[in-house]
Amino acid sequence: MKHIISILIENEAGALSRVAGLFSARGYNIESLTVAVTEDPSLSRMTLVTRGSEDVIAQIIKQLNKLIDVVKLIDLADSPHIERELMMVKIKTTEQTRNDLRSVVDIFRGRILDVTANSYVVEMTGSSEKLDAFTSAINSDSIIEVVRSGATGISRGEQGLHL
Amino acid sequence: MELSGAQILLQSLADEGVEYIFGYPGGAVLHIYDAIFQQEAVKHILVRHEQGATHAADGYARATGKPGVVLVTSGPGATNAVTGIATAYMDSIPMVVISGQVSSPVIGSDAFQEVDMVGITRPCVKHNFLVKDVTKLAETIKKAFYVATTGRPGPVVVDIPKDMTAPNITVPYKYPKKISLRSYNPVVHVAKEQIKAAVELLLSATKPMIYAGGGVVLGEASAELTDFTRVLGYPITNTLMGLGAYPATDKQFVGMLGMHGTYEANMAMHESDVIIAIGARFDDRVTGKLDEFCPYAKIIHIDIDPASISKTIKKIAIPIVGDVKPVLKQLLECLKENKKQPNKKALDAWWQQIDEWRAVQSLEYDRTSDLIKPQFVIEQLYQVTKGDAYVTSDVGQHQMWAAQYYPFDKPRRWINSGGLGTMGFGLPAAIGVKLAFPEADVACVTGEASIQMCIQELSTALQFKTPVKIINLNNRYMGMVRQWQEFSYQSRYSNSYMDTIPDFVKLVEAYGHVGIRIDKPEEVRPALEQAFAMKDRTVFLDIMTDRTENVYPMIEAGKGHHDMKLRVALGTSMDRELA
Ligand SMILES: Cc1cc2nc3c(=O)[nH]c(=O)nc-3n(C[C@H](O)[C@H](O)[C@H](O)COP(=O)(O)OP(=O)(O)OC[C@H]3O[C@@H](n4cnc5c(N)ncnc54)[C@H](O)[C@@H]3O)c2cc1C
Ligand SMILES: Cc1ncc(C[n+]2csc(CCOP(=O)(O)OP(=O)(O)O)c2C)c(N)n1
Ligand SMILES: [Mg+2]
Repeated sequence: MKHIISILIENEAGALSRVAGLFSARGYNIESLTVAVTEDPSLSRMTLVTRGSEDVIAQIIKQLNKLIDVVKLIDLADSPHIERELMMVKIKTTEQTRNDLRSVVDIFRGRILDVTANSYVVEMTGSSEKLDAFTSAINSDSIIEVVRSGATGISRGEQGLHL
Repeated sequence: MELSGAQILLQSLADEGVEYIFGYPGGAVLHIYDAIFQQEAVKHILVRHEQGATHAADGYARATGKPGVVLVTSGPGATNAVTGIATAYMDSIPMVVISGQVSSPVIGSDAFQEVDMVGITRPCVKHNFLVKDVTKLAETIKKAFYVATTGRPGPVVVDIPKDMTAPNITVPYKYPKKISLRSYNPVVHVAKEQIKAAVELLLSATKPMIYAGGGVVLGEASAELTDFTRVLGYPITNTLMGLGAYPATDKQFVGMLGMHGTYEANMAMHESDVIIAIGARFDDRVTGKLDEFCPYAKIIHIDIDPASISKTIKKIAIPIVGDVKPVLKQLLECLKENKKQPNKKALDAWWQQIDEWRAVQSLEYDRTSDLIKPQFVIEQLYQVTKGDAYVTSDVGQHQMWAAQYYPFDKPRRWINSGGLGTMGFGLPAAIGVKLAFPEADVACVTGEASIQMCIQELSTALQFKTPVKIINLNNRYMGMVRQWQEFSYQSRYSNSYMDTIPDFVKLVEAYGHVGIRIDKPEEVRPALEQAFAMKDRTVFLDIMTDRTENVYPMIEAGKGHHDMKLRVALGTSMDRELA
């Protein structure tokens, strides 16, 4: 099953490679990994999407917790949460396809950021599944480039991951 | 008080109570070596190869329980230390390794002797630091010791760029008394319910087993383990790393378990219905084939590291994350409060069964041979040292024989590389032990292949007067490799033999020590006595053992505990087999 693990980690040089190194050394897979500094500049927030059996996920969480730089972490899959990913897609357009494409973008609540005679750049946020659904809804031959941020997430309700 | 970074480092080590640093100089650490020259609190042991420094510090740490400290230069000095760091990491040994680094402004420019030490060691340290600010140096050293010695211990590397130790830059010095890290909290509290549940399960057992490992040694909990085991009256086995945690000469001890464990230990594990694992990590050398491991048992697992629990063996009935010593105390208390007693009738039957397994005498060997049997040498070593020596070893058959035939009654006496299995460990480790305990007998049991991996440390032994006794079980083979080739590759002995083995007697004499070659069984005892009588000399006994002796019992790869290869197959007579 897919798990989104949200990590608060010391904002130190090398912290990212400790996490990435752990995954490669122990043979866990990373589907995506995003990092950015938090409102407290001494901490970074990392969101990691991985897949594995319950046993594997349990080990991943234990091993991550063992890293000295990791302050706290949660597996978002354990409770209701919101998942968002940002995607930008560059798409070939023609006179004939432009209108259709615009309505698909609307249905998916995307935005068109850039327009040229022969292309659109579409911005879209949502769960990774929604983004997948969009790219499969349009003609794959027309896609010039896809840029995805990887998923981030936050739990629902008052509880939060902080110090 | 204003000090330079180099002085701060030395003063921090002194304030940390460090007696010895094991090291080797070079460009990036010259400021530090100059500071070493100008102080006396911390003694520097100059090794002959940085691997030796890490193993010596490691041996010191294993024997004393205190962290070992290493100092190496950047680049090749640092990479040479990596094997020793990984060795300590795999066996959870507290160690602080200071490595020099090129000056901060040139880091990343492929400067002379630059290597990314923090990057290289990341997978084999508990943690590492790159010092970027000399005002934080003392605090970083404090953190390094704190992390290395608390929780599940391990090595910590502190990489110090040369400019951080420059003599012309001085800053105020104050060594922190205490330190805490918001991201690291090694103290764990164990819920009473878990303890109660464990006791209930233990008392319900009909075929109980106690399986205790290196965590008991690391956690200084031998006394508690012994009490606990005696109160219950249950059989106990130790892992290779746990030997000495429970007195091996006690009748409740059934020997080591695992690949080269005794028949009784492995059979009892296999048949057991309740196993309590204490500071042991279900290593593959112990479990054999995972699906066939202890099929009937409910398992209680005590470990300070949550990641050790359910890592290889998933079916843990009662996990207890905590420090062995307090947990064992809690268990003992709870046992005393509980009205139930162990099931006497079932236990008697269980012991009877175990005694039948014991009667197989899986460690018996041919005592009538004209050749020197390696097992005989270890038994003689045990007698000559009255069972009270510190024994280090290298890796191979000799290591297993030392583990099997020298019953350790005390923890921290058996010092070997279990997890990484590093040949070359034994001699430098012995030097570290001897520095810690100058009055004690220290023996290094080794093989003619292993000893050559760190033989240069004989020179260190002379300089620092560490008269250890080297017991070289010379079978003219990489015996352990040859044994696997005999069993699994139809005796195709590919490269497990060296036909240019040095004359060790001459070699050790050249290093300034005493060398004695032994060819006959009757020479073994007198030579050992002679060696240990020479209190102030390092003595190398080059003992020509039976070339093709194997280590038994053996659980071959992919087999379960009940599927052991014995020296004498069950149902055959020893006499017939040996004839
Ligand atoms: C040639 C060769 C053959 C071998 N054959 C065998 C064999 O037949 N049998 C065998 O047993 N081994 C054998 N080994 C060794 C094996 O590879 C492992 O090193 C060993 O089994 C691990 O021992 P352990 O489980 O006690 O764990 P250790 O490596 O000693 O780990 C200790 C465990 O205790 C925990 N711990 C640490 N401190 C505490 C504390 N304070 N409180 C609670 N828990 C704590 C740690 O988290 C860890 O999980 C062999 C090695 C070699 C090189
Ligand atoms: C550094 C290193 N290289 C290779 C090995 C693999 N290895 C394990 S035992 C062994 C042979 C050891 O031979 P020797 O020291 O003579 O001991 P014996 O088995 O003959 O007692 C080898 C090569 C190892 N454990 N460590
Ligand atoms: Mg050999």
